[in-house]
Formats: sequence, C-alpha cells, structure tokens
Amino acid sequence: MEHKSLRRTVYDRTMRILIRVCAALTCLLLAFLIGYIFVNGIPNITWQLLSTEPSFRSDTIGILPNLVNTLVLILGTLLIVLPLGAGAAIYLTEYAQNRRVVAAIEFAAETLSGIPSILFGLVGMLFFTELLGWGGSIRAGIMTMVIMVLPTIIRTTQESLKSVPQSYREASLGLGSGKWHMIRTAVLPSSVDGIVTGYILAIGRILGESAALLFTAGSASILSSNLLQTINSSGGTLSVALYMYVSERGELEVGFAIAAILMFLALLLNLTAKVAGKKLKR
Amino acid sequence: MQAGTIISAQDLDLYYGENQALKKITMDIPERQVTALIGPSGCGKSTFLKTLNRMNDLVPNVRIEGTITYRGQDIYMPKLDVTWLRRHVGMVFQKPNPFPMSIYDNIAYGPRTHGIRNKRQLDEIVERSLRGAAIWDEVSDRLKKPALSLSGGQQQRICIARALAVEPDVLLMDEATSALDPISTSKIEDLIAELKKQYTIVIVTHNMQQAVRISDRCAFFLLGQLVEFGETTQLFSTPKDKRTEEYITGRFG
Repeated sequence: MEHKSLRRTVYDRTMRILIRVCAALTCLLLAFLIGYIFVNGIPNITWQLLSTEPSFRSDTIGILPNLVNTLVLILGTLLIVLPLGAGAAIYLTEYAQNRRVVAAIEFAAETLSGIPSILFGLVGMLFFTELLGWGGSIRAGIMTMVIMVLPTIIRTTQESLKSVPQSYREASLGLGSGKWHMIRTAVLPSSVDGIVTGYILAIGRILGESAALLFTAGSASILSSNLLQTINSSGGTLSVALYMYVSERGELEVGFAIAAILMFLALLLNLTAKVAGKKLKR
Repeated sequence: MQAGTIISAQDLDLYYGENQALKKITMDIPERQVTALIGPSGCGKSTFLKTLNRMNDLVPNVRIEGTITYRGQDIYMPKLDVTWLRRHVGMVFQKPNPFPMSIYDNIAYGPRTHGIRNKRQLDEIVERSLRGAAIWDEVSDRLKKPALSLSGGQQQRICIARALAVEPDVLLMDEATSALDPISTSKIEDLIAELKKQYTIVIVTHNMQQAVRISDRCAFFLLGQLVEFGETTQLFSTPKDKRTEEYITGRFG
C-alpha cells in the first residue's frame, strides 16, 4: 500500500511539474514575441510615418494610405457582411423548415470557414478583378473579404441564436407576438453579445489578411482624393504593406513599426470583443 | 354547445407525423371556471391544451382535424390571425420562463408588443398585472431588477402577471406549479381561485389533489382520448367510467 501511494505521489508531482513547464514555455514564447515586436517596432513609429504618403522624391515612407485602405476595407466589408450574415443566420435558425437543406448549408459554411484564405484570393482575383473587370481595387478586396468572412459570421451568429432558450420564443409567441417581433425583441437581445463578438473576430481576420488581398486589392500606397476613388483604385492594407516593405524594399524598421501597430490594433479588437461581450450581456 | 361555453372542441384529431396524439376529442370549456386536465404522462392533455391557442403550430409535422371554436370563432380557420388568438388565450408554461430583462420590461413586453408606448399607461398596466398575480408587494420596490434574480415561485407569478398584462380572456396553464416548491404552489393555487372570477382557466396538472382543490370541472385523458369530463366533485366521488376510477384511486399512472 505504502509503495503504491509513493509511486502515485511521484507520478503526480512529475506531471504537475511537466504541465507547469509547458504553461511557462507558452507564456514565455508569447511574451517574447509581443515584447520583441514592440521593442523593435515602437521606436520606429514616427509622426511622419503615420501621417504621410510614401515619397521617392524625398525618400520618405509613410503609411497613412495603408491605414486609410485598411479602414475603408474593414468598414466596406462590414457594411455588406453585417446585414447579409445576420440575415442568413436568422433565416437558417429561425425560419428554414427543411432540416436537410439547413444541415447542408451549415456543413458548407463550416468547410468554407476552414479553407486557406489564398483560395478566396484566387477566386476573388479571377472573378472580381478579371471577369467583372474591376481590376486590382479595394472594391474587389471588399467583395473577396465578404466571401471569406461570411461563413464564419454565419456560424458564430447561428451559434448565438441557438443558445437562446426555446422558452423565450414560446413566451413571446404566447403573448401574441408575430414571428419577426419575437426574433427582434426576445431572441436578438439575448444573443447580441455573441453576435457582436463574432463580428469583432471577423474584423481581426480582415486586419491580418495579406495573401487574398494582395491578389485582389493590390498593394498601392497612394492617397485618393475621395472615398469613391479609394474604393475603385488599388490599395494595400497594413498587412500587405508590411509584406511589401520588408520583402520588396528591405525596410525592416518600417516592417516592425507596422507590425507593432497591427499588434496594438489586434489587442484593441480583442479587448473590445471581451468588453462588448460582457457589457451587452445583461 | 352548452350555454356559458367559451371554448369548444369538436371531434378533434391531432397527429404528430404518423402518430395520433388526440382522438376525437369533443369538449366544451365553461367560461369563468377552472377546468383541470388530468391523466398519465403522454395521454395528450398537454397537447390538447396547446391546441387551444395554437402553440402546437410550432411543432413540425403536426396535423389537426376537427374544429375548435373560441367564442364561436373557428381558430383553425386558414385566415385567422394567430396573434389575435394568443392575445385572448394566454399561456403560462411548465417552467417559469421570464425574459432576461427587468421585472418591469417583462410585464410591459406584451402591451408593448400590441402597440402601447405611453409610459404612464404602461406603469399602470404593470402595477395592475403584478397585483393581479399577487406579487406586487414582493417586487414593487425593485421593478428595475432582473426578473431572473427572483425565486422560482416568484418567477412563475411574474409569468402569470406577464400573461395578464395583455388582458386575456382565457389563461392556459401547462403544469404551471410542477417545478415549484409546496409554498409557492399553494400561493399560485390561491391565485388561481382569485383569477377565475375574471378569467377562464384551463390547467394541466399531474397532481390529482391539486385538481380537486382548484378546479370546478375536470377532464380525464387516457391514450389520446377524453375518457370522462364533468364536475370535479362528481368525477372524483362517483366516476362514471371504470378507467377514471382506476386512475383516481391510483391503480395506474
């Protein structure tokens, strides 16, 4: 008996130490990565970098166009994906009758959300820039991003809707609500936190996307005079600019600066997702 | 149809897919009385209750034959506005299901649904409904608190108040006390006795003592059939059907 209990103690201790080592290594790695990027990046973030266009004549680099492009691309994508994704998810969970069709669509959405993004880039390039003749433009980038994040958005929204207890729906209908009124007043308020979190994570994906956008929105770093022109012309986002500056021009400092900015934005998004999730949950 | 009848079922058959859950139910429910539906699990009493305000519409593959009239109006008529029906024939469910909102918003939900926006009018309805459900004294100082923070028995009375707020005519209760403790149950039974002065109540219950205590008339269901329907005192003292007698004496169920 004693022998056995000793063995168990040794076993327990060893496992505990091993697990701690794993946790410590992971944290260390993450801390190192974040620290490395911030240490190398933050000193290179200058006002000039943030507020100007790049110029060969004066030999300066500025990422203002890329910041604008990123913003326009994200907002444009959301503008389309928001109603489309929410609508599709509401239809699938609340209205659709044919279980088999719903299951097929859900399966397709799940598969699509796991596909490497460059495939979306390829399709976007062939369809929007070539076939529709839009050329490399933010417009083509927006549409490609819409297709890329839509499956994920539909999935996360559906999950949030499904988590609403059936009893809320019954209570609402039992009081004489119409179906849409029931969805708007009893289902959506109880699931809005999960839905918003899904959208914020989708923004994160767009922020980090490079390959698919390189194919469709291009990599230009020029400020346009108005929004319409911005959407219709080629433009690189921050992630694309990071790739371009480092690989094409060897500007490592600029690369690190952009990396730090991206990291900061990602942090901000995740925090927003957390806070929004809590705030919206009454 | 008898005089004083508010809801009347005629030869009602209900199928879930191939499975027949109700067989030729014919029953007149009297106005401003408590009608209890009793019977063993799966006998169709809850299913029958749900046909009275068409909550069965939510179940896929459900098929109904025969007629149900509410104040002479065929409620399965194709053109009928279901929201109109449910407004007049309200429902309280087995498990308390308040919305994750404040007590006030829970009660105001129905009136708002039907277009009442005036704050003073809503305040008045909320107070009247909470008083009607005998819970005003317990919650009047915390109407802005979430309804889910209340106890189960209080939540169920909130749900009753919420149903009363749309000023229904009939209140259907689907085992409304089965998830509650004895004290809460007795409070709701007292409340039912009070409510029947104004409302017609149809209650499904598993508890035969409860049926005896609160109902005026009682219907015994077995295997989708209405075996016996009559005055509660008569049904429990001198049942006409042998199966009723066996059930109420605890032979099965």
